[in-house]
Amino acid sequence: MTFASSKELLSFHWMAYSIYAIFIISLIAWFAYNLTRKEKAKSIVRIPFYGYMAFLVAMGVGHHIFTYNSIPWVSQDIMRHHIKPDASYEFEVGNHKWINMPKHVTVQCGQTIKFDVHSRDLVYGFGLFRQDGSMVMQMQVNPGTDVNGILDSNDILWTFNHNGTFDVMSTEYSGPEAYDEKTGDSKMIVEKWLTVQGCKEGGKK
Amino acid sequence: MSFMNTLMNGTDFDHKSLNALQKVTLRAVVMSFLFFGLVAIEGMIMRMVEVGPKAPIPHMFFHPAHFFSIMTVHPIVGIFGSTYQLVFGAFMFLVPFLTKKPLYSVKIANAVWLLITIGTAMSWIAAFVWQYAPLYTLYWPLPADTNQFSVVGGIVFIVGVALIMVGTLLFIYNIYATIFARVGIHKNKTTKELLISGFGIDGMLNLINKLRGKPPYSKDPALALPVVAIFRGTVDTFLDAIVILSAGILVLVYLIFDASGHPLNVASVDALLYKNYFWWGLDLVADGLVLIYVAGSWYLLATLITGQKLFMENVARAALMLELLVSWMVWSHHLLADQGQPEMMKLISGEMVTAFELLTQGLALFITLVTLWKARPLKMTPPLAYLLGGLVGFGLAVPAAIIQADMGMNRVLHNTQWIIFAHVHIALIVGLYMTLYSAVYVMWPLVTNNTTMFSKKLTWTHFWLYLIGGIGMGAFAGMAGLDGMLRRHLYVHGEFNTLMILAAICGTMVLIAWAIFLFNIVMSVGVKGLIGIFLPAEDKTASYGIEEDDN
Repeated sequence: MTFASSKELLSFHWMAYSIYAIFIISLIAWFAYNLTRKEKAKSIVRIPFYGYMAFLVAMGVGHHIFTYNSIPWVSQDIMRHHIKPDASYEFEVGNHKWINMPKHVTVQCGQTIKFDVHSRDLVYGFGLFRQDGSMVMQMQVNPGTDVNGILDSNDILWTFNHNGTFDVMSTEYSGPEAYDEKTGDSKMIVEKWLTVQGCKEGGKK
Repeated sequence: MSFMNTLMNGTDFDHKSLNALQKVTLRAVVMSFLFFGLVAIEGMIMRMVEVGPKAPIPHMFFHPAHFFSIMTVHPIVGIFGSTYQLVFGAFMFLVPFLTKKPLYSVKIANAVWLLITIGTAMSWIAAFVWQYAPLYTLYWPLPADTNQFSVVGGIVFIVGVALIMVGTLLFIYNIYATIFARVGIHKNKTTKELLISGFGIDGMLNLINKLRGKPPYSKDPALALPVVAIFRGTVDTFLDAIVILSAGILVLVYLIFDASGHPLNVASVDALLYKNYFWWGLDLVADGLVLIYVAGSWYLLATLITGQKLFMENVARAALMLELLVSWMVWSHHLLADQGQPEMMKLISGEMVTAFELLTQGLALFITLVTLWKARPLKMTPPLAYLLGGLVGFGLAVPAAIIQADMGMNRVLHNTQWIIFAHVHIALIVGLYMTLYSAVYVMWPLVTNNTTMFSKKLTWTHFWLYLIGGIGMGAFAGMAGLDGMLRRHLYVHGEFNTLMILAAICGTMVLIAWAIFLFNIVMSVGVKGLIGIFLPAEDKTASYGIEEDDN
């Protein structure tokens, strides 16, 4: 099982967590009901203590093993310094403005792109969003310099497997001046900044 | 009795019959619930703004500086002004009650609630008057950014937070001085014995001895299990106070130099290193003291409600020791979206050690449920119902935390409404507060000398409105997070309108529930009784249920 996009992953997550939430609420409600009854409740399933503990360990560790194997950007992120991207975009952010950022980026389906953002002053975020507002991906953009005074890197690799047009937004709060004082609109949204083309309808080439 | 008569005099509450310990406990509780009301109103204002421009609230709340000022003080008022006050007030009553010793100092206890109240009020004023809005995370160098924020506002805010932390340190001193006082039942105990018991080491040694077929290390531990939880959680409270206080001093130094016309270079402090330091301390609240205090509260409530011994007490004691190690090593899950953070720290601290919280909290849930189950049949009283509500809250919030503390998931969940609602608000509003309401109802007869509650119907109305509203708000706003809605962002066009309306309806239920709870309490103690709580106690006794021992 592999999630081709964040949208697929979040839909799966929505479903899985909703089922779990209904389960745990029902379980405690069942427990509360039987707690007050004089008749002994029939056990649906008998779970030994060590079995329960083993289940929790398996869930805690297994969850990460599952995501490592099913979410493609995890291993790509860990190994990003050893992967050669198809294209790189390096720019800065300062005083609530994107600086030296390309006006528009076009990506061919399946390409792996490196985004390297440097902050001149505050902590910002760099996030790509679909036109329906859902998130493609994001990272934090921390300020700071190395020993030579060069602004620190905040880099991420992303492989685009679905056609679409995406907005850029700062995903971290950097003070009220990031917003228009009168309208309240964010000054850091760049609409339709990136376009992916060449994918089939269901994704990938 | 007429409505006005009950409103003024309460049911049968007599504040003059309360001793100094009871009064100081109630003072903290009263302030806590007043701050809870404030935080609920703040939350509703923000929710209404997110609903969109047609929301029936004044336009000034849509102003970015105003909106983010509210967002900045919302957690300060909620966590410190309300939660800390309630927990500290309850523990400064429970530790003397459970150890059968007097509280070390009622004067210090009074200083604690006063300092936290004044500190919270100052932080709130700094945001309200000067619109100081760096948010509670204080990401460097935003709190020292005098291009955006007033220096005076910043200084007032930081001094306010510092007062809260000083109050916190005094609470810690009072608790440990009470625990280590060698009077009463601890007259012949050594400091070493109390320390071993306080850290839960005796429970672990008992388990090891059992596995080796040896007699238990300690048949009668020096400290009761809830006191062990308070002892352990307070270690994290101390470390957290030191971190927040030192971060506050750093910001204060920069603001003072700026005000003197000699601004310091903010780049001298590495933003990522600061983030690590600050999150290490801040996370000791969320993943340290809250989880440990809550586990201890569950154990106490389960034993008081059932009147029976706790199931697997040695395991519970040992688990509290395990939490010590876990809570100190999990902060990196807040930095999974920081690309400069070493991958190993993300993997070990952010993912693997964090996953242990599923184990420790799952264990606490299991022990509490089995203790209740073994005492069947039980009457469904408010304390039991609220306790079960608290279990539901953490049953929902802890797995949500484990899910997002993952490098894959965090890439699309970080800083979204999912994290702050499906995890944080469910954990706090439902998990923590339902547990605290249970404690309030259990402690009510003890701290008010068996005052009759005005209305049971109102108690149950509060319970259902609060439970459904709390879970509903967390669920709908959490869903908005999955749709891409950010947590620290101003949406002025109703972008996530439908889910925000549903979340606002549920939030209103929480606000109404609070008003009902407050009304029920005021009608029980009366306005005169409420004022009387703040008058000096005639009976200076600093303990409950025992005669004061001069030794």
